[in-house]
Amino acid sequence: MSSVLMVGVDGSECGERAVEFAARRARNSGARLYITYIIEWSPFTFSTAMENAERHQRREEEIQRAHSEIVDPVVERLKTEGLDVEGLVRHGHVADTLNSLAKSKGVVNIILGRQGTSKLKAHVFGSVGSRLVQSAECAVTVVP
Amino acid sequence: MSKSRVGITTLVSLLASFSVFAETGIDEKINIAVKPFADAVAGFVFSSFPVAGVPIPFVLVWLIVAATIFTFYFKFINLRAFKHGFELVRGDYHDPEAAGEVTHFQALATALSGTVGLGNIAGVAVAVSLGGPGATLWMILAGFLGMSSKFTECTLGVKYRNELPDGTVSGGPMYYLTKGLAEKGAGFAKLGKVLAVLFAIFCVGGSFGGGNMFQANQSFAQLVNVTGGDTSWLADKGWLFGLIVATLVGLVIMGGIKGIARVTSKIVPFMAIIYVTAGVAIILMNYSLVPSAIGAIIDGAFTAEGISGGVIGVLFQGFKRAAFSNEAGVGSAAIAHSAVQTNRPVTEGFVALYEPFVDTIVVCTITALVIIITGTWDPSVDPSAGVQLTSTAFESAFSWFPIVLTVAVILFAFSTMISWSYYGLKSWTFLFGENKFTDATYKVLFLFFVVVGSSMQLGAVIDFSDAMIFAMAFPNLLGCYFLLPVVKKELNEYWDDYKSGRLVKTRVS
Repeated sequence: MSSVLMVGVDGSECGERAVEFAARRARNSGARLYITYIIEWSPFTFSTAMENAERHQRREEEIQRAHSEIVDPVVERLKTEGLDVEGLVRHGHVADTLNSLAKSKGVVNIILGRQGTSKLKAHVFGSVGSRLVQSAECAVTVVP
Repeated sequence: MSKSRVGITTLVSLLASFSVFAETGIDEKINIAVKPFADAVAGFVFSSFPVAGVPIPFVLVWLIVAATIFTFYFKFINLRAFKHGFELVRGDYHDPEAAGEVTHFQALATALSGTVGLGNIAGVAVAVSLGGPGATLWMILAGFLGMSSKFTECTLGVKYRNELPDGTVSGGPMYYLTKGLAEKGAGFAKLGKVLAVLFAIFCVGGSFGGGNMFQANQSFAQLVNVTGGDTSWLADKGWLFGLIVATLVGLVIMGGIKGIARVTSKIVPFMAIIYVTAGVAIILMNYSLVPSAIGAIIDGAFTAEGISGGVIGVLFQGFKRAAFSNEAGVGSAAIAHSAVQTNRPVTEGFVALYEPFVDTIVVCTITALVIIITGTWDPSVDPSAGVQLTSTAFESAFSWFPIVLTVAVILFAFSTMISWSYYGLKSWTFLFGENKFTDATYKVLFLFFVVVGSSMQLGAVIDFSDAMIFAMAFPNLLGCYFLLPVVKKELNEYWDDYKSGRLVKTRVS
């Protein structure tokens, strides 16, 4: 029985380090790997009627762009190495969505890069890593 | 980048040319030219018949009768589905796979930003002044019945919406009148087309008038008021105010500068919360007067001493205020609600129940209580001075409030304009086709009317535009009567699933 890992990427260098870390472990253990990008989104925002009318189309575009610019290049690269990789793009609150997605995919370890957020920003908005560490139902690894 | 700059330059020079109309006293000519036509339309829509000596406009009876029939036909859906509507807004049944689409909350918030505005602030003050405190009770009752009208039209709006080739979603009475009635046979299909075209024409008219000129006009009036009335530097510069507002509206609807719309759509709910909080604070500060205010509301509703028209006069003021502020039955909300992500149209109907509830039963009632408690109501008020009255009422508790209120009024007006520009545009393209040219023509006309509305005293045109908004209720509600069985079928199927627990609850509370 091989394990399942999930990496949260955000297109930054920290995300890249998390991918390398996870890929190394997957190579050694033969684990299945999910490369996940969460588009920050809240169901409780305010928008105009015009924006609502275009929302469905914008959402498709956002998902496509996240795939083509961030997730897919990583997935392709790791696939050529022979790893079992799949890319996922979702909308939602980043930490909560990673958690629920991990649960539904039977993930045993979520791997994140340490974010370079300032102390103040993390204090006000909370960082994805610390929120996830507190709420996750599986192991969380933060890669420095 | 350079393309959008050219666009903005054209926009500004276009708007500058509008002001010529404003300065040369051409308003008088427009007034004279439009008056006979405007009077005829307004005369028809607001044609009234006397009840106990009080002239009651037919359109008001049309709205209230429909709301009452819908309430009974759906067995008090406004009470039955109230709790479930809240669960839907809160996201209890939100499908995680659809994250990123328009939620029930977002559709409701968008619709509310189109209706919460001057009516809740200025109109209520006028209603309480002319009808006495008792008008409040009838206003609440009409708001309560109006919830059923919104339920009906918004369910239909989602059920018969269109997914356009470019991937955008659009719905509203023009679609459910054509598609819904066409399902009933060839004769109905023709009727549906006629009703849809009529609706679209009235909606375009309403979007230029009540959804635009009236808003510009009233927010400018309040701005002049707080900056010193007739002595204000701004007093004779309505065209300048109009140009600024038109430029901002133009940047949003033509320039595609979404930032402005986004900022407004975030500030407007915030302003609404400030307004409601200030209102509740005044009520709490005077808690000892609340029982007597409620007593006055209940007594006044049935006794009506010294009110012109007696009890019928009071009832008329209350019903009128509710209908004018929440637009239930007019059909505009069906356009705003229809972009929601759901495969059960009736869910948006449940959510739409909250629109008249928040707009009329919460916000209007708070305004009414503040006016009654502070004793600022004045039976001899000039109906155009409503904002001033509310402003005075709030000022008696918080001296700085008129300034906040002015900002709120201008922002509410702005967001109402953005909403109506969308309703009008959808109706316009329904009539003339969806293409770049028709699109641009409508938007230029819309901006023109912003300048016209704020720079001129066009009483006739404003009457006409009010009439247009209420004329929308004729084709809309007539179609709704025919489509009631469709809504009932959707409702019954869904309600069975809900009661038997077949719906997936995604949020455990």
